[in-house]
Amino acid sequence: MGLDIRWPIGLMFTLIGVLLIGYGAVEYAASMRLGMNINLIWGVVLLVFGVLMLLGAARGRKTPPPA
Amino acid sequence: MQPIHLAWVDYTILISYVVFVVGIGWALSRYMKSSADFLTSSHSIPTWVTGLAFISAKLGALELVGMAASGAKYGIATAHFYWVGAIPAMIFLAVFMMPFYYGSKARSVPEYLQMRFNKPVMGLNAIGFAVMTVFASGISMNALAKLLNQLLGWNYHFALFVCSGVVLIYVLKGGLTSAIYTEVLQFFMIVLGFAPVVYLALKDVGGWSAMTTKLHAVAQNPMALDLNTKAFAPDAWTSAWKPLLGGPSANPMGVDVFAIVFGLGFVLSFGYWCTNFLVVQRAMAAKNMTAARNTPIVAAIPKMLFPALVILPGMLAVALTAMPDKDYRIPPPIIAPENYAKAVDVIKNTNPPNPTAEIKDVSGALGQKVNADKITALITANAATKLSDDQIKEGVYNAVAAYDYDSVIFSLVKKYCPAGLLGLALTALLASFMSGMAGNVTAFNTVWTYNLYQAFFVPNKSDGHYFWMAKFITVVGIGLSILCAYFARQYNNAMDIIQLVFGFVNAPVFATFLFGMFWKRTTSIGAFCGLLGGILGSTLFHAFTFAHGNLPGVKGGYLGMKIEFPSEMAQNFWLAAFAFTVCFVLTLVISLATSRTKTDEQLKGLVYSLTPKIVDHDVPVWQRPAVVGTVLLAACVILNFIFW
Repeated sequence: MGLDIRWPIGLMFTLIGVLLIGYGAVEYAASMRLGMNINLIWGVVLLVFGVLMLLGAARGRKTPPPA
Repeated sequence: MQPIHLAWVDYTILISYVVFVVGIGWALSRYMKSSADFLTSSHSIPTWVTGLAFISAKLGALELVGMAASGAKYGIATAHFYWVGAIPAMIFLAVFMMPFYYGSKARSVPEYLQMRFNKPVMGLNAIGFAVMTVFASGISMNALAKLLNQLLGWNYHFALFVCSGVVLIYVLKGGLTSAIYTEVLQFFMIVLGFAPVVYLALKDVGGWSAMTTKLHAVAQNPMALDLNTKAFAPDAWTSAWKPLLGGPSANPMGVDVFAIVFGLGFVLSFGYWCTNFLVVQRAMAAKNMTAARNTPIVAAIPKMLFPALVILPGMLAVALTAMPDKDYRIPPPIIAPENYAKAVDVIKNTNPPNPTAEIKDVSGALGQKVNADKITALITANAATKLSDDQIKEGVYNAVAAYDYDSVIFSLVKKYCPAGLLGLALTALLASFMSGMAGNVTAFNTVWTYNLYQAFFVPNKSDGHYFWMAKFITVVGIGLSILCAYFARQYNNAMDIIQLVFGFVNAPVFATFLFGMFWKRTTSIGAFCGLLGGILGSTLFHAFTFAHGNLPGVKGGYLGMKIEFPSEMAQNFWLAAFAFTVCFVLTLVISLATSRTKTDEQLKGLVYSLTPKIVDHDVPVWQRPAVVGTVLLAACVILNFIFW
């Protein structure tokens, strides 16, 4: 099918990652669990994952598979 | 549990997920030009996507909830549902069965049966399957709506209709492709949404070895936590095989090795993974034969590691419950606030030292068993220094000697997730419920349109007509699921009855496929009688057996309590083994007694011995299903030894 699933996955996790980082930074105290700002940390993980997916999708578009 | 309040950030995550899935459906809608595009994705999807969808279709929220519950009840032996009950069957499907499903150009699993045997065999399988998918998606949606009601305080009907509506939109727009894509999205949501919860819980307990030490103590005296009524060896919760070797009485599951290996590992697991169209459909959507065969292989890799995500939380919950300083217990069954109030009154008006009658009163007010020592301590504490109502209520809550295991996973999410992460975890749950419904509906509409409507009722129409029917039946399927959700909500036993019927229909079916694919002598009459006999056989078996502690009724024994099993799980495993054997023997004997109606030429591509072997020398070694499958099997064996 014409839609590369990596686009929506990448976009969504980038968005959620940014949201968590932002929320973790603003609500710093409320985001602490067991001595870690878990929103901030996990937001970064999701952002990295999202960006990797987007990069993969972008590379896939440059070299279309032989159809 | 108290309802959870969501912050704006949680709602933003929830809503953005819904926007994305609807967006995916909308983006795919312009590619939907024929019934094949809509129902089978026209063989166009890359392997990693079908592979993740393959496990994701099964990784519904019910599994997430159920596996955490079993992890708490039975410990690491629950992993057998993965290492014994899934991986070998998935690899068998990839290596041996996929070539026939994909190579025969069948559009569904029942359609293979029509090609191999005849229409009646296919019809029997298709009807059973169609009914099952509708009920499965109904159960899933009922659970979701109930959960949103309890957890977030949403209106049940509102939750049910909104979630079903979202599924309807994206399935109607993008068909099977839409369902597969959202399953992949859901896969990442589940993994990335729950990993931090498991990590935090593990860290809180003090790491793996601290958890096992705690569980050793629990296993030797589970009565202290009211987890079980008898003591076990220290490793009962932390070893996968050793407790099973001691027989049904030596492990909390109440099963023996034969039931696990033959009942679960062979009959149930191969019956599910190798013949259930819901999962096989994902592999059939792959773009070529190698991709189709590699779909279950790709799926097997994360599947093998899933116990860490879904079973470990249950074990951690038990360890946390056993640590008084962690302020955690596995939640008790839901008790109405007025009943708590009554229990608090009883305690306020009691004086030590001999509160036997009052303990009974507390238990009666709550409608649950209570831990006598904890209530006595609470009464003593209240007599010494007047406690507030809330403090007493908390004490009563902690003294309830029963567990609602299904809420293990939510209670951990609630304990460890701050706003933000909470939104992510809840969205993951919501996503998995919805994709469970989507998966069932897309399998249902294919079987209905091709195998029932086209095959039996209205053949020889234009593709446009079937395309229209496929969309129409999608709407009907969602409507029926909603009805089933209400049915499941109305009757407490509904869930048990449905599970039971699944068992009757599913258990014998693998024998039919095994004979069909690997023995050319199998006749259509033999297959039909075997399948029907297997279904009837399992019904009869159930009618005469019961599990220890159960009364005759929905759970068996309604025609006489002839055989008693130590647990329901053992009863299920033995039922599966029995049904399979009946189907196997009947198919074998009747096939030998009747003559074949199909020639060798007609069976080419459908039966192993009459089909040219697949030559995959041009495929790189790391993409050959047989090679990778063997490696994965070895890895799975090693895992079993590590947690022996």
